[in-house]
Amino acid sequence: MSSFVAEPFSLRNFLKSFMLGELFKAMALTGRYALGNKVTIQYPEEKTPRSPRFRGLHALRRYENGEERCIACKLCEAVCPALAIIIESHQRDDGTRRTTRYDIDLVKCIYCGFCEEACPTDSIVMTHILEFHGETRGDLYYTKEMLLAIGDKYEPEIAAARAADAQYR
Amino acid sequence: MIDTFYNGGQTLFAGAWWTGATWPVVWNLIKIVAVLLPLLGAVAYLTLWERKLLGWMQDRIGPNRVGPAGLLQPIADALKLLTKEIIRPTAAAKGLFFLGPLMSITPALVAWAVIPFGPEVALSNANAGLLLLLAIVSIEVYAVIIAGWASNSKYALMGALRATAQMISYEIALGFCLLVVVMVSGSLNLSAIVMGQGQGLFADMGLSFLSWNWLPLLPIFVVYQISSVAEVARHPFDMVEGESEIVAGHMVEYSGMGFAIFFLAEYANMWLVSVLAVVMFLGGWLPPLDIAPFTWVPGWIWLGLKTFAMVCLFIWYRASFPRFRYDQIMRLGWKVFIPVTLIWLLVVAAWIISPWNIWL
Repeated sequence: MSSFVAEPFSLRNFLKSFMLGELFKAMALTGRYALGNKVTIQYPEEKTPRSPRFRGLHALRRYENGEERCIACKLCEAVCPALAIIIESHQRDDGTRRTTRYDIDLVKCIYCGFCEEACPTDSIVMTHILEFHGETRGDLYYTKEMLLAIGDKYEPEIAAARAADAQYR
Repeated sequence: MIDTFYNGGQTLFAGAWWTGATWPVVWNLIKIVAVLLPLLGAVAYLTLWERKLLGWMQDRIGPNRVGPAGLLQPIADALKLLTKEIIRPTAAAKGLFFLGPLMSITPALVAWAVIPFGPEVALSNANAGLLLLLAIVSIEVYAVIIAGWASNSKYALMGALRATAQMISYEIALGFCLLVVVMVSGSLNLSAIVMGQGQGLFADMGLSFLSWNWLPLLPIFVVYQISSVAEVARHPFDMVEGESEIVAGHMVEYSGMGFAIFFLAEYANMWLVSVLAVVMFLGGWLPPLDIAPFTWVPGWIWLGLKTFAMVCLFIWYRASFPRFRYDQIMRLGWKVFIPVTLIWLLVVAAWIISPWNIWL
């Protein structure tokens, strides 16, 4: 049995609890909140702010002259913790090393950003896009063409995000 | 105005002897529907209002997607619960299992027969109205036991036992509070109780609201408030349905419509004890001030406004307080409220026979 020693009777404490002082204080607090501003963000009309470093959907970038940045070094495939990236490479006609196959399985991907950090040519990046969906499981298996297409579509935003973050890297 | 409707219907039905005799029956049915339909609507929309107000107090907005400002949410909830499968565990008692929820909501609705909406305007202006009300409210205890027992599940039974013990303990405190009100009003008739609050020193000055029962019987009003929260098993006394403790207590085996009925019964009970608080302590249908703009508003609107305020208090309590432990609930009911009400009963009794008696 635990040894419990009751504290001596205090009239002040008894009256405080009898007059329900704490209860009124608690109700005053919730009453104040009821009348104040609410923090709810009404998605999809309003959205929360996103940082330039946000790790969303992947994209494969190109250089200014249109040449694809990826040189099939397979660093991203090696560092991916979920083994979501599959790469096959070949020598292109002009002698450079390029990928024939660059697939990311977005269902396996954990969106950690290691591939983006590992890439030496800033080829694979994670964009700000978080609102994408697939209706069958195969829809979320993104091939090279799809990734390049995203990169072409969102290059201005990607470049702006990287420029905003550049001073911290 | 109600008399004109009655007479109009009488002339409509007068003709053969048998139609003339059925008019009072039809009239009673119309009156019942006129009381129950708005009540059921109020019960359904209370679920929405609770979620909204609770959300505001928790610094968020409540449901606002389903209709304009979320107004179709109760309908969506009702449709969802209606289309769910009604599961009866094979080991559960056949008839009793479905009797439980029915017995839970029936007293909550039947008790509205004695509530006065105006001077002498009630479904049944019984001279022992308050006694009838107390008796009807006691039937809800049976509903809890039957539901817990018929579920044939140990958690349901434990929850039912705890709920029952809690409800009957606070019925005693509730009964004493009502007893004090009856003492000062001199009648068990709810209409007479309300009329009695319209007289007195402050009422003659025009400040009606200071002559209502809440001021001279303030400790009893507070005890009534807390006891009614415990009686309905609302937060902070909702140990029996606390999701983290016993899941849903005696309602754990119910699904779909059965659960919906328990749910609605709880909100109907909330309205019932609130309107009882208004009738006994806050002057029923009387306006707070006897001056021109207030007296133009019909009595039943005042009743509705005051009851709504009481119900908002229930929601406010839910947002503000942590849950009581079961032994704390029992201690409060037996060791705190009964002594307080007994002592105040003696005080009021002495007050009445003393020369400073403020009630006739």
